Amino acid sequence: MVKVRLWGSLRQAADGKTEVEVEARNFKELLDRLAATYPGLEPQIRRGVSLSLDGVIYREAWFTEIRPDAEVVLMPYMTGG
Amino acid sequence: MSLDEYTRREFKQVGTRVRRPDGVDKVTGRAMYGADATAPGMLTGRILRSPHAHARIRSIATSAAEALPGVKAVITSADLSVPEDEFIRDVQDNCMARGKALYDGHAVAAVAATDAATARAALKLIKVDYEPLPHVTDVDVAIRPGAPVVQEGRALENVPAGMSANVTSHSEFGHGTPAEGFARADKIIERSFRTAATHQGYIEPHACLASYAADGKADLWCCTQGQFFVRTLCSAIMGMEASQLRVTASEIGGGFGGKTTVFIEPVALALSRKAGRPVKIVMTRDEVFRATGPTVSTSMDIKIGMTSDGRITAGEAHLRYSGGAFPCGTVDMGGQAAFAAYDLEHVRTFGWNVLTNRPKEAAYRAPGAPQAIYAVESVIDELCQHFGLDPIDVRLKNAAKKGTKSSYGPTFPDIGLVATLEAAKKHPHYSAPLKDGQGRGISCGFWFNFGGNSCVSLNVNTDGTIGVTEGNPDIGGSRASISLMAAEELGIPYDRVRTIVADTSSLGYNDVTDGSRVTFAVGLATIKAARAAIRLMCERAAKIWGIDAEAVEWKDGAAVPAGPNAGKFPPMSLAEIAAVSFETGGPIAGHHEVNVDGAGVSFGVHIVDVEVDKETGATKVLRYTVFQDAGKAVHPSYVEGQMQGGAVQGIGWALNEEYIYGADGRLQNPGFLDYRVPVASDLPMIDTVILEIPNPGHPYGVRGVGETGIVPPLAALSNAVSRSAGIRLCELPMSPPRVLKALTGAG
Repeated sequence: MVKVRLWGSLRQAADGKTEVEVEARNFKELLDRLAATYPGLEPQIRRGVSLSLDGVIYREAWFTEIRPDAEVVLMPYMTGG
Repeated sequence: MSLDEYTRREFKQVGTRVRRPDGVDKVTGRAMYGADATAPGMLTGRILRSPHAHARIRSIATSAAEALPGVKAVITSADLSVPEDEFIRDVQDNCMARGKALYDGHAVAAVAATDAATARAALKLIKVDYEPLPHVTDVDVAIRPGAPVVQEGRALENVPAGMSANVTSHSEFGHGTPAEGFARADKIIERSFRTAATHQGYIEPHACLASYAADGKADLWCCTQGQFFVRTLCSAIMGMEASQLRVTASEIGGGFGGKTTVFIEPVALALSRKAGRPVKIVMTRDEVFRATGPTVSTSMDIKIGMTSDGRITAGEAHLRYSGGAFPCGTVDMGGQAAFAAYDLEHVRTFGWNVLTNRPKEAAYRAPGAPQAIYAVESVIDELCQHFGLDPIDVRLKNAAKKGTKSSYGPTFPDIGLVATLEAAKKHPHYSAPLKDGQGRGISCGFWFNFGGNSCVSLNVNTDGTIGVTEGNPDIGGSRASISLMAAEELGIPYDRVRTIVADTSSLGYNDVTDGSRVTFAVGLATIKAARAAIRLMCERAAKIWGIDAEAVEWKDGAAVPAGPNAGKFPPMSLAEIAAVSFETGGPIAGHHEVNVDGAGVSFGVHIVDVEVDKETGATKVLRYTVFQDAGKAVHPSYVEGQMQGGAVQGIGWALNEEYIYGADGRLQNPGFLDYRVPVASDLPMIDTVILEIPNPGHPYGVRGVGETGIVPPLAALSNAVSRSAGIRLCELPMSPPRVLKALTGAG
């Protein structure tokens, strides 16, 4: 199981939690399982999210491997100028 | 993908200040900008814009304009499809109003005619029947229940019930329990701040030339930060396949984020399709201000607690951003960035985006961060003043570092904030004496940076020179830095490499030039493309020598035997291998396509000295120094230019620049005479100190530098003004009238 930290305003879509656990070996599995387990998260995931793995931020990287003890943080999709 | 780890090396070319490849073209006028494109039979396009801040469009009568001799096409939103994708539909509706005009300057119709005078005359013949509606241009008014509603039904699922229909999104970041932290504070300061919308202020107005052929193929030449994204947007709006639209980016006279989307390009394409001839549109400056994207306007409440020895016990921010008449996610970036420089046990930010009858926001360097960090850094400074503490010491005491749980969630890996603060503290500027009436301010800044999709093709010419083809418009020196990295990797002189920016039919997809990504991400792809070419050249040398390819390595621009067992052969240079490439298997090239991550966040610290004229309220900037972690500075002059440019834009934001709306909801100052950007005579030389803390996610340690520099100036100036004039302004810009009013109010 991978622990995923959510940003605060997603709490209402995740049964009141800001940290959830899902079974996932990579980002694609993680996002799929999050959306399946917490359907309220699906609109945000569809609009776009970034993921931080051990402090490194990824925007799109489905097949990035996640170790079970890794720090995973869901973040809004990064934009810049 | 796995991250490409940094390997320490001695650079021979990277880090030198080589001649810029676009210099001669730009100083001689040879460079081709957006407005320089021409085509046989070209028509002139002009756009009719709403004079109302908010109005229902009952009807648009175009027949009189169409009947005018010389007019070849007139279009309205009825000539465009309605894209299913909401994001693209918003982009289209911003290019041409559908049903309602949402802000002063919103496009409602367009004409193509044989000359500009005829096009202008035709615009006057278009009759638009408007039903003016109540408008709202102030974010604090727009968020109130009962405010005029800009667009119905645009709230995301995360907006709490009962809010104004103008609130389109809500976000919350942070950890801990701020109330517990505030209870431990010796002093809590709460302040409310406002910042004006500012424009990116690029010198080159938007311009494009569209040519839509009878067979459904089209070409588009335009000034843009991202020709591939232009293709994505325009092909969707026009209902075209991407392969049928070729977009070529011109040289660009500044973008700063404002040219990451489209405003006139779909209009020109639609006019060209209807007229059957090429159509060129060049915006006036008035149009640029009224109808392209400024940054968000904001209203913010900040609360920070501190102990008497300078430890921050808790921080909280409520951010209300308006990205104009369309939903906008910039407040999310502000909420994440607000407290990023600090190691806090208790921190929380709340953000709301609010619709107003203003132009649709476009990105502006580190979008969302300068405003939130301005407010936070101002309160930190006020607490430092309250306790009589040194502002750099306080920031060092609370600085985020490796292992800090950031205010936006992840735990920081190695970051350069402490080194940047220490460099600022020991710099002579920080200890230089000030005269009476002068004040010194500092501020930290932060930006995320990112990588993104990047394709590079590197061709080895038979004379031993190199052509690099990349897909990102050069807005900050990327052609020089890419050439430098290719030369470094190949081991040949810089002047043997020429880098060009390809059109959308010549290369795979490249993300927009934004997010401080190009030198980092395209540079990484260039290094990989060079390595691919090197592998081929080693194979060719191995064939010539009759040994295994594995027994050949690349050293100082030549193939050499890998060791004594490989045989004794003199080095074979790149030029020698290239000269016989036709005989040894054909042309030699390397390419690399990748979606790059691992950009690494960036911190900066700015110090500024000012003197406020208490009779006029004018603020004079006396001395300014920028400290920034750049990773490896590939071309230090360009890096310094980014740092200086960011500082200058931030100074303008802090002191003068603002969108001013009248009670009628119309923009009052759409021109550079009334919207005052800093000019050279306003400023001292901006000094720079580059810190080179290698980014572990790049083979050369490169980090993006394009955006962080605009983040600290807002608070640095505000803090300096407070120490010079003895007043704390909580609204930007600190224009002379506003400063004077505060001084008068302060007695």
